Amino acid sequence: MELLITLIIGVLVSGGAFLLLRTNLFSVVLGLTLLSYAVNIFLFAMGRLHTNAAPIVDGNTMTDPLPQALVLTAIVIGFAMTAFVLALALRAQHDEPGRQQ
Amino acid sequence: MQLLGMLLLPFAGAALAAISGSDRTRCALITAFAPVIALALLMRQRINVFAGNVVYESLHWLPQAGLDISLRLDGLAFLFATLILAIGLLVIVYARYYLAEKDSLPKLYSLLLLFMGAMLGIVLSNNILLMLVFWELTSLTSFLLVGYWQHRTEARHGARMALIVTASGGLALLAGLLLLGNSVGSFELDVILLSGEIIRSSPHYPLLLSLILLGAFSKSAQFPLHFWLPHAMAAPTPVSSYLHSATMVKAGIFLLARLHPALAGTELWFDIVTTIGMLTLLYGAVMALLQNDLKGLLAFSTISHLGLITLLFGIGTPLATLAALFHIVNHAIFKASLFMAAGIIDHETGTRDLRRLRGLRRYLPHTGVLAMVTAAAMAGVPLLNGFLSKEMFFAEAIQIRDAGGLANLIPVIATIAGVFSVAYSLRFIHDVFFNGEADDLPKFPPHEPPRYMKLPVEILALLCLAVGVFPAYTVAPFLNAAAISVVGQVPNYSLALWHGFNLPLAMSCIALGGGAVLYAARAPIFRWHDRHRTISSMRVFEFGLIALFNSARKIINALDNCSLPRFVAIALLATIIVEIFALAQLPQLLGPIAINPIDITLVIGALIAAVATAFTVRWHRTRLLSLLPLGVIGLVVTLLFARFSAPDLALTQLAVEFVTLLLMLFALRYLPATATLENICWRDAIIPLVLGTSTACITLAILTQPYQSIAHYFTEHAVSDGGGHNVVNVILVDFRGFDTLGEISVLLIAAVGIGAMLHGIALQPITTLLRSQKSPLLLATLASVLLPLALLIAVHLLVRGHNLPGGGFVAGLVAAVALLLQFIARDERATLLRLSNAWQGLAAIGVLIAIATGVGSFVFTRPFLTSSFGHWHIPLFGDIELATAMLFDLGVFFVVLGAMLRVLTQMFGPSESLGAPRNL
Repeated sequence: MELLITLIIGVLVSGGAFLLLRTNLFSVVLGLTLLSYAVNIFLFAMGRLHTNAAPIVDGNTMTDPLPQALVLTAIVIGFAMTAFVLALALRAQHDEPGRQQ
Repeated sequence: MQLLGMLLLPFAGAALAAISGSDRTRCALITAFAPVIALALLMRQRINVFAGNVVYESLHWLPQAGLDISLRLDGLAFLFATLILAIGLLVIVYARYYLAEKDSLPKLYSLLLLFMGAMLGIVLSNNILLMLVFWELTSLTSFLLVGYWQHRTEARHGARMALIVTASGGLALLAGLLLLGNSVGSFELDVILLSGEIIRSSPHYPLLLSLILLGAFSKSAQFPLHFWLPHAMAAPTPVSSYLHSATMVKAGIFLLARLHPALAGTELWFDIVTTIGMLTLLYGAVMALLQNDLKGLLAFSTISHLGLITLLFGIGTPLATLAALFHIVNHAIFKASLFMAAGIIDHETGTRDLRRLRGLRRYLPHTGVLAMVTAAAMAGVPLLNGFLSKEMFFAEAIQIRDAGGLANLIPVIATIAGVFSVAYSLRFIHDVFFNGEADDLPKFPPHEPPRYMKLPVEILALLCLAVGVFPAYTVAPFLNAAAISVVGQVPNYSLALWHGFNLPLAMSCIALGGGAVLYAARAPIFRWHDRHRTISSMRVFEFGLIALFNSARKIINALDNCSLPRFVAIALLATIIVEIFALAQLPQLLGPIAINPIDITLVIGALIAAVATAFTVRWHRTRLLSLLPLGVIGLVVTLLFARFSAPDLALTQLAVEFVTLLLMLFALRYLPATATLENICWRDAIIPLVLGTSTACITLAILTQPYQSIAHYFTEHAVSDGGGHNVVNVILVDFRGFDTLGEISVLLIAAVGIGAMLHGIALQPITTLLRSQKSPLLLATLASVLLPLALLIAVHLLVRGHNLPGGGFVAGLVAAVALLLQFIARDERATLLRLSNAWQGLAAIGVLIAIATGVGSFVFTRPFLTSSFGHWHIPLFGDIELATAMLFDLGVFFVVLGAMLRVLTQMFGPSESLGAPRNL
């Protein structure tokens, strides 16, 4: 399983990095999104991969809740960042229409 | 709390002075109030301190950092505090008459009192870190005071130079004091002063001594860091009189005295301090004679006298230390009055140029007499205070000669400096008040200044005489007390005027006679000096600054040529370096933990993700199309979270996925459908491949290492302390609630920022995306049914979040999604758009609720964000559990909902540009 997670992370990072290196901002936004997926999975995987072990106190075994708490806010903040860069792209489009062509 | 009161008085006075109004006398009286009271408080401790006792006061401030408001008043502090407050008072009186009508007196007074408070802080601190805080404050206030006439270029440049030099010295001092405190184990002066042996034998001693001396020397204008002081003369004369003669430049000297028991007594100390002192003494004396500006002459003479005092501290014997302390007092008295006299001359004649001033004795007879007395004190004429301390200095210089080496030079240098000192004092008097008729003055004829402008000068001149004639009755108790705190006991000395015919007297005679001769034969020296135009230190300094800025700019330009890809590439390369460095440390890639067998569903998931990523990259120029595979990846990630026991994450990811896609769709309406083709170079292929591979390797390496969770505390205390079973949620809203508060604030800030960025610009949709003439009927119908259901689910998720998957983040997202669905499917767009600001308000209210929940715990005298919970029985509902953390979660809910809708509605388009809803 770990191999597959590793594969997913590697592919996402490569794709994200490639898109980050583009000149137009929308591609950069796509790249950022891919990279955030990768980083979130990476962080999440740091708590190791367990099935049927949700971190809810009910007597059963639990996985590590800490990475999950970190990732949860990271997802929402990631959205805020994506939105911010998109707004930047729109503003750039408005100020210098030529740049985004 | 008398010491603390005394310390705070000038600061309170500064605030009072700032609002004291435009009436000058009233302003001066109000300002004088604080130093008068402080002086009275100080004098109440007189008997106690003169008996050799130390008064302590202490308040906790940051005990964790070893920083307390810890004050001490011993002999040394008493001596300095008296100088600071008394001369400060005289300067306040003087400045009342000095300043022109158009200059703001409250501003000057306010700054002067701030400075006074900072100086008092330095001398009263019993904690070296606290002392450093005040030290920096004197640098700042002196910057403002030197730059008081901010419309003048030389004032601004002088102020900047003074700040840069003294603040850099302050930085060195900080490092030195930290080393000092660490080698002793305490930042309290009490402890440090008793740990001299430990400090001197510490391996850090040479470094910490150099750093501390650098700080002290930069402040006290010691050669070669002296150059800022002459330029600081651009300050109003009361400021020069106070800062640049009596107090601030003495702060460095004070530090030498204060840390004398801890640092002095080694060869290194002797070598550095005497050498620097000697150089400064000689250089200042020679340069003072060559100045043509009255204040310039005084500035270099100040440098020279500071060098003399430094030299005495370098010699370091008890008698030399006593002489140094004595000269500190004497110099403060005569130099403050000389500056004031120079200010009067400048004020009445309109010039300070020694080549234009002459013959003033007829017009300013009274001022002339006062100036002569104090200049004679500076020259070391018998019956005046300067004579006594100079005699002591000469005596010590002869004593130390026996030490050999460098010390042989000291008596010679001392005598030469004495000769120059007499010569420049003579010049100050003769050039200004005699030397022919006054015929080249901008303001003619000059008049004696107002009565009270001369009062401070009179008092100081009288003091020169009183100390010079009756030292035992005036200055002796101060000196004895100060000597006790510096050298431990009162050395055996005699303050008598007459010691018989001896070598020091001979040196004094040589200085007086030689000085007179030198002054008489000054013309060739001046001619020689005029031929060799000295390079302006200001020019050199400014040149250096500009060079520094330019090289910084060059480095920035080399790194960042305003190309985003280039900048991103640098960041990614840095990441690669860090990762490869980490990987290189591993003995082997795989750790001891075995890899779990591959399961088929995950294989399918991974394949879908990989293919979708490939398509996102492939189609990234066709923007709309690229969103399709992107959404697929998001769903795979959601399923991954769900499979590996993270229901909260799966819920959040799913909702965010929806909102993100919607956001991008909205944004695409304003962007061209396709992006231009770019050239792809080697960088675009290699960086992503290497980064992806190395990240994957690191992940694999970590996943095969043994795992040690640090979350035990959270899992064990979630129910008992947090009152919730969903540990993730309890961490978010309770254990790490403060982090979450920060995160929702970021969300709010992002929403506000996006609002500001897109505010008022009329974006024109350039594609027909989302521009159907009619909303699809099916979606519209479904949306109306879904809305109440979805909102109900949101509330359900919010309420149960503390115990089951859910919580404020997810609930907020679900509610936002439900409303956005209406936005797309029905005609509520207009309504929702106009509510754009209201959504931002909702987000703000959310943050406020979260903060209020945190502040609420103060009511129960608990720390910020302490949560509490309990069980309540409600009829029909049964037992329910409520925690204050749920209130916090409600705040999170509002922030997420508000921020999402604000961003989405803003992104959709400004409400102004909204026509009939159907046409969108």
